[in-house]
Amino acid sequence: MSFEAKRLCKLALGPVLILMSAAVAGAEVNQVNMSQGATDVGHDIYNLHMLILGICTVIGIGVFGVMFYSIIYHRKSKGVTPATFHESTKVEIAWTVVPFLILIGMAVPATSTLLDIYDNEDAELDIMVTGYQWKWKYEYLNENGENVSFFSNLRTPQSEIYNTENKGEHYLLEVDEPVVIPVDTKVRFLVTANDVIHSWWVPELAVKKDAIPGFINETWTRATETGIYRGQCAELCGKDHGFMPIVVNVVSRDEYNDWLGAKQAEAAEIKALMAQTFTMDELMERGEAVYQRACLACHGAKGEGGVGKAIAGSPIATGELGVHLDVGINGVPGTSMQAFGGQMNDVDMAAVITYQRNAFGNNMGDMVQPIDVFNYKKG
Amino acid sequence: MGDHHHGPAKGLSRWLFTTNHKDIGTMYLWFSFAMFILGGFFAMVIRAELFQPGMQLVEPAFFNQMTTLHGLVMVFGAIMPSFVGLANWLIPMMIGAPDMALPRMNNWSFWILPPTFLLLASTLFMEGGAPAFGWTFYAPLSTTYAPPSVTFFIFSVHVLGLSSIMGSINIIATVMNMRAPGMTYMKMPLFVWTWLITAFLLVAVMPVLAGAVTMMLMDIHFGTSFFSAAGGGDPVLFQHVFWFFGHPEVYIIILPAFGVVSQIIPAFSRKPLFGYDSMVYATASIAFLSFIVWAHHMYTVGMPVAGELFFMYATMLIAVPTGVKVFNWVTTMWRGALTFETPMLFCIGFLVLFTIGGFTGLMLSIAPADFQYHDSYFVVAHFHYVMVAGAVFSMSAAVYYWLPKWCGKMYNEAMGKTHFWISFIGFNLTFFPQHFVGLAGMPRRIPDYALQFADFNMMSSIGAFIYGASQILFLYNVIATIVAGKPVSDDKVWEGAEGLEWTVPTPAPYHTFETPPKVDPEHAHS
Repeated sequence: MSFEAKRLCKLALGPVLILMSAAVAGAEVNQVNMSQGATDVGHDIYNLHMLILGICTVIGIGVFGVMFYSIIYHRKSKGVTPATFHESTKVEIAWTVVPFLILIGMAVPATSTLLDIYDNEDAELDIMVTGYQWKWKYEYLNENGENVSFFSNLRTPQSEIYNTENKGEHYLLEVDEPVVIPVDTKVRFLVTANDVIHSWWVPELAVKKDAIPGFINETWTRATETGIYRGQCAELCGKDHGFMPIVVNVVSRDEYNDWLGAKQAEAAEIKALMAQTFTMDELMERGEAVYQRACLACHGAKGEGGVGKAIAGSPIATGELGVHLDVGINGVPGTSMQAFGGQMNDVDMAAVITYQRNAFGNNMGDMVQPIDVFNYKKG
Repeated sequence: MGDHHHGPAKGLSRWLFTTNHKDIGTMYLWFSFAMFILGGFFAMVIRAELFQPGMQLVEPAFFNQMTTLHGLVMVFGAIMPSFVGLANWLIPMMIGAPDMALPRMNNWSFWILPPTFLLLASTLFMEGGAPAFGWTFYAPLSTTYAPPSVTFFIFSVHVLGLSSIMGSINIIATVMNMRAPGMTYMKMPLFVWTWLITAFLLVAVMPVLAGAVTMMLMDIHFGTSFFSAAGGGDPVLFQHVFWFFGHPEVYIIILPAFGVVSQIIPAFSRKPLFGYDSMVYATASIAFLSFIVWAHHMYTVGMPVAGELFFMYATMLIAVPTGVKVFNWVTTMWRGALTFETPMLFCIGFLVLFTIGGFTGLMLSIAPADFQYHDSYFVVAHFHYVMVAGAVFSMSAAVYYWLPKWCGKMYNEAMGKTHFWISFIGFNLTFFPQHFVGLAGMPRRIPDYALQFADFNMMSSIGAFIYGASQILFLYNVIATIVAGKPVSDDKVWEGAEGLEWTVPTPAPYHTFETPPKVDPEHAHS
């Protein structure tokens, strides 16, 4: 059944399906309540949420019950004469004191859960999370060996967003590279931002923390079940606020160690490549891949431009090398051309600049080596 | 009326130069309705885009401009001026005064509004587009990363603040100095009390908002770094300053609504308000508490745990005086002789839906739970329950209740009731499902969403179109009443109505209470 047809069916069946799907854990279709998630803190928050909701429901039934009793039985059309009573110190003291006591009853579990959430000590793993317009960067700290760091971008293609292709199952909630953490491990996230304020939210890990430029906020999670958990940026951060999802892959400790080992080896490889000198062909081949990943969306498959300026025949790509490096590394402030210097390693930067200068009919014939990028960044 | 009295001037100059509280009240009411339609149109664009997953009608950048302008226009253009209009019409008539204390300033506080909103709306056509950083305009998205139109936005906010402060000074001066002999403070109708307290809130916090936007202006144009971490500033400072204004602001919106409901429920229950004194004290307590709870909007910014606890406990406390109010209204209805004309229907709608919004407010006050609710659609649902079902429903009730007194003609009751029921159903269809998607993890202010939220969003959009359409019925009913309504000759209009405004002829003459009335101590307040 097509997505549309399914949806119409569901709307027709309505309440029954809502109740059925509510019984399934996790971020389900037509979920109506908070998920308990995969952490103890998440369970505590869920219980707190249900407790307050329950108390409010009971009070609501009482208040609305009295009100609707009046509406039904105390209507003028029934020929009643209105009473004239007003003010009763006893009643008024009661409806001030009783709610106050109920609030104390709510404050106790709320305080203890809050203190738990604020206990950032004894984390076994620290991950730095940096919000960018509009992607997340993860850096694994505290590890022996090479530092592992990568960007996590939305993977949903524009064609799905603009309705020219059918939307996939995890539409808008899928990334090119998820953050991976081990199960049953206290993981501390150090959350910050590079430009504007973002907020890192994964409902099922019971974590939401604002990513604020110039500040490092701490938060933590300890997932008790393996699985893939999805979230989104929660603080309005500009145009593509709705398009910077978070995917956390919780895996067994062994799998985590394997994954980390592979990422470290990859990082070491890049480090080794930085010292190498490449041939034109090697740079062009690598550059083409980098271009397709990082530049194509704005500058077009043939360098013809789009959101960004054309690369084919552009005064920058066919002009002075220093200016070209500057645009690639530092971006163009006030435009959508970002500073890629911090987002791309020096090998990729060298390759993609070389590619831009020699593809799309630019034929400048010059090459950029990783060491050139390194030196340019040093100033 | 004697020969020495002036009637209204003829033509446009009547409205441009008027110092008459009734004329100015009328202009405020029509202006706010126009803004309500404009802000509503922005909301329709938002809901149309969110009707289905995927981008269909607008681009994400324009979507953000819509959410921003919807919030700004509704808060500053529709709701606040509508209650100022009501205050202008009613406060002098309720306290037995001939006019507002400062009539010329009154003219100014209205007439600076329309050009300001024209300026704000014109940002839509500027290069870089209108402000797109949300009505809460958090720095640095609203400073370093803002479109150039932000400067026009800052100027607009300054002028709106000026208008609000002038309006509030006027209300304070009127209530304190122009009450008829015998109209002591504790005999004033509750609508006057809630507005007096609201006016003090406005005078206290509008300058804070002006401070916040001035700091933005300095950061953008004069090289300061109040909110820029790179220059040693603090983006969180912005939020503290903004919410020190912003939290009292939500009570500025809702307190006059409490006043309206406290006038209307006793009238249609034919029974005095249960606890007048405790209603006054509850209003004052809510106003006081509003100054010490601002950071509950900021639980996730990384405050120290002691700060979180303080703001959580203080916020929870607001439930007590708010509860007192709800219990009072319900007890007022208890053993009354109820009838259900349109104003009463809107007040009962208010009572039910505002209470639901109050409950979700209490849930949001619980800091650990707020880590899940914050910035999700649960918050959107919550504040629309208190803003729309609170402020807008009570405003609709007020218009139906006092319109016969204003224009001497009765509205069409069947059409009024239809307006209520369509509004009530449309409103709930729009905002109730938003609780669900919020709890399930849908963030607010996104132009597109994951597939599991699709059904509820479609319901929400359908509800919004229904609610929007019902306002056209409202407009039609009001115009039809003014043009061709059935004349009302009874001064009291409603059997259960109490208060001085019901002692003047219907329709209320251009000048009322040129000689102060005698205040009957038994029936001074309702």
